Amino acid sequence: MIRDDLGKKLLFFDGGMGTLLQERGLKPGELPEVWNLEHGEEVSAIHQAYIEAGSDIILTNTFGANALKFHDGRYSVKGVIEAAVSHVKTAVERGAGGRKIYIALDVGPTGKLLKPMGDLAFEEAYEAFKEVMIYGEAAGADLIHIETMSDTYEIKAAVLAAKENTKLPVFVTAVFDERQKLLTGADIPAFVSLLEGLRVDALGVNCGLGPKQMMPIVEKLQKYASIPVIVKPNAGLPKQKDGKTVYEIEPDVFAEMMEEIVKKGATIIGGCCGTTPAHLKVLTERCRNISLKAIEKKAFTIISSYGKTVVFGKGSKIIGERINPTGKKRFKQALKDHDMDYILKEGIIQEDNGAHILDVNVGLPDINEVSMMTEAVTALQSVTSLPLQIDTVNPEAMEKALRIYNGKAMVNSVSGKQESMDAVFPLIQKYGGVVIGLTLDENGIPETAEGRLHVAQKIINEAAKYGIEKKDIVIDALAMTISSEPQGALVTLETLRRIRQELEVHTVLGVSNISFGLPNRPIINSNFYTMAMFNGLSAGIINPSSEEMMKSYYAYHALMNLDENCTRYIENYGVQASGFIPTKSVENGKPDSGMTLRSAIERGLKDEAERLARGLVREQKPLDIINVELIPALDSVGKGFEKGTVFLPQLLMSADAAKGAFDVLKEGMASEESGVKKKEKVILATVKGDIHDIGKNIVKVLLENYSFDVIDLGKDVAPEKILEEAQKQHVGLVGLSALMTTTVVSMEETIRLLNEQLPECKVMVGGAVLNQEYADMIGADFYGKDAMQSVYYAQKLFEKKENL
Amino acid sequence: MLTNRNHDRLKKEAVRYLGYGKNAVDERISALIDRAFLELESVVNPKCIYRIFDLNSVEQNQIHFSQVTIKSTSLGRNLKGCEKIVLFGATLGIGVDQLMARKAITDMAGAVIMQSCAAALLEEYCDECQERISEEVRKEGRFLRPRFSPGYGDFPIDFQGKLMQILDCAKHIGLTMTESYMMTPVKSVTAVIGVSATDAGCRKVPCEECVKKDCKYRRNRTVMKG
Repeated sequence: MIRDDLGKKLLFFDGGMGTLLQERGLKPGELPEVWNLEHGEEVSAIHQAYIEAGSDIILTNTFGANALKFHDGRYSVKGVIEAAVSHVKTAVERGAGGRKIYIALDVGPTGKLLKPMGDLAFEEAYEAFKEVMIYGEAAGADLIHIETMSDTYEIKAAVLAAKENTKLPVFVTAVFDERQKLLTGADIPAFVSLLEGLRVDALGVNCGLGPKQMMPIVEKLQKYASIPVIVKPNAGLPKQKDGKTVYEIEPDVFAEMMEEIVKKGATIIGGCCGTTPAHLKVLTERCRNISLKAIEKKAFTIISSYGKTVVFGKGSKIIGERINPTGKKRFKQALKDHDMDYILKEGIIQEDNGAHILDVNVGLPDINEVSMMTEAVTALQSVTSLPLQIDTVNPEAMEKALRIYNGKAMVNSVSGKQESMDAVFPLIQKYGGVVIGLTLDENGIPETAEGRLHVAQKIINEAAKYGIEKKDIVIDALAMTISSEPQGALVTLETLRRIRQELEVHTVLGVSNISFGLPNRPIINSNFYTMAMFNGLSAGIINPSSEEMMKSYYAYHALMNLDENCTRYIENYGVQASGFIPTKSVENGKPDSGMTLRSAIERGLKDEAERLARGLVREQKPLDIINVELIPALDSVGKGFEKGTVFLPQLLMSADAAKGAFDVLKEGMASEESGVKKKEKVILATVKGDIHDIGKNIVKVLLENYSFDVIDLGKDVAPEKILEEAQKQHVGLVGLSALMTTTVVSMEETIRLLNEQLPECKVMVGGAVLNQEYADMIGADFYGKDAMQSVYYAQKLFEKKENL
Repeated sequence: MLTNRNHDRLKKEAVRYLGYGKNAVDERISALIDRAFLELESVVNPKCIYRIFDLNSVEQNQIHFSQVTIKSTSLGRNLKGCEKIVLFGATLGIGVDQLMARKAITDMAGAVIMQSCAAALLEEYCDECQERISEEVRKEGRFLRPRFSPGYGDFPIDFQGKLMQILDCAKHIGLTMTESYMMTPVKSVTAVIGVSATDAGCRKVPCEECVKKDCKYRRNRTVMKG
């Protein structure tokens, strides 16, 4: 079993396959996997050459053999994989001479980008990989080697597919560039923590770079990894020569550099593009007898997303608490209305204000928390790269969210109750994550620090049974309000201190609980926050939009020498704060003293428009202000846009200013007044297959401005989904957007379906490739050549309806 | 990198993409454009890949190289007299998509400006890459034709799939496409470039060659709106 050798004995992979097949006649663009069936002897011969050169692990010729990439028509993925494994077996029989050779099922990327940035669903990627893994194990592979990956999300799909469907050991290597990052943004600690969380057997780097450029990457992998590290460089950086890609590092130079890499701690080595049996021969001869150092366990507490890593330690981290409906009427409403933009804005604001991690809690009695949680996590990960903290007491929501989360998540929470630990720890064991342990159990919350430490220890011990290490547990010392528990703060602070010192784990706290029931809570909260940090709070769950809390945060770090040269403090509180240009200070936008609300909107000055609206609403009725100031302003900007004197950015800035003013007025409106006019519903969607949504979003902003109730279904929306929503919500107008000729097809299909099932519903269309003729051809009721035209059409349409 | 060196040209292009035609932007929009370039600068990760092939033949409406055949009159015209063909792919990276998605939630005007700046940046980057390829072929006394992308004229869009496969764009530069041939990351280009012994002299396929004469993004637009 290869697991017995890992980290104890230097193991050798083989070298390049593609370059050798090209030498034997593989054409550009031809699928190399087809050779398993058409030129099997050639493939075996290459394997045999590597075995004779000393390789211990041979990769099957199956890099692109997955249903998403391998489109041949003549051969099946199954047939290709079976043949590939048999060629390695043949080569072993011929060349191994009794030496143990491991057959590694080679699994490369799908060649597609996953949602939300691409169009491949996570579960689709999983299914494609699953098939490969099952065929590979059945055909006789000894391990699975997932390689040349560029995306943590795709890696996660592949690893889950391997672990859930086979018993084979799993290796993973990815391509890092000179920035030491994957193409999709993950850095080395993010990569390592994700994979160790998923419990793979070995991890590392391949392709992209030569051995020399890989050295710093190997050092970093070594710094974070507690499992064996794999290194498979190319034979240098690629060069173009006579229309061919060539790699120029000679075998002896390659071997010499690889020796250094082994000395840095790599325990599984081989070559990638451009390396040959000659490289491997010199390499195995040179390195075979190097004695290996034992791999050290690392103790970093790390969480990550696809693009950011948070390593607990120096200083205190901020976990933003605002994505949570508790006690927030507006947030509850947003959840009920499925208003995802509201939730996303809450996330972005917290990030802008300094949060390092975002807590995500969407639990509400009358909504489906499981689907809402996965939806919120996915949506948040499309607009923020901050790592997320999945906050739920529903184990199903927790599991689904952990599964689709891109990275290693933080989990809120487990408690010392046996039932809680039985539910949560298996999930952490399977998906990885850093879990918050609440210091309470069946007997309630212990009143003393001693008692809470005891619960914390119990949690740590129970986690260990699942192989969950201390580094992946963060203990919540629990803040109890001092208005009812006079000793509350003291006990919490002592608990924090002792957890760090005695148990040596990190800590977390929902800070603001401390002041519950007291007036002017921010005073207590911010002072307690400072005290908590001083006593060892690794991460505070706080509101980063609270000025008082952030003052405490920055001051604490400056005082404790955790903010070099007080840089961050000065950035935030220095006189010349912020390198950004606030729009209102720019000359053209400077408000003059006599400005009206109308002209503020026309000029797109949001802050000014809000301020003026606030003033006007004290003297005039909101509806009058809307009629006299807002509507004329919007009309004049709209007309200017049509005439070509106002341009798109200005139009949108005016829309934003009008929205700001409108929100102010709404607060002042009596409920019966605001409810006078029923808002008309309009569905907007970018059609199936189309992932460009900027045009649709522009139309949305403008329609909302003109008081339409826009139901935004997003991008890549199936015709059936659009129909379903239109039926369910009794919508009279659907707006569709498509960018390319290839996606106008699904636009046509959507129109056909709507006309057939919901003939009274009108359809307006827009997008780069469309024109009036094209729109007529596919049966649209209206073609909007720009965003304003769509607004005018919608207005006319509903006016007509009212008159009927 | 890119933005410092060619800031004026980039900005001019961004303004054109915003639909201003020959109109000037006011100082406020101008400042927002500057800021958008700054923000983009921190997320772009431009990468390109290319490979040069010998052309077997260029007929009026058929191009042959390696094992590949492309049927297209427009491309045939573009490659007339060429001996080689460059397959080219470039991308600004996925960071731009993420930034634009975020902008669209909080600041639509900013998103629109960002999108135009990113488009300008992409063109500039492709020009830089093309210049490097140009230097390489010039050593052999050859010259490049303007870039010609799948989807231009009657050059079939589905060649994009073949091109990405031949260059293995996904692996080398992280460039992929959706089922409907949309490139991901969004700010990406695939193209072919002809190589010939004579200098055709122009760097870009001119806007004027396009049949969409009323396009508001057209350079030096002479057609007035009706």
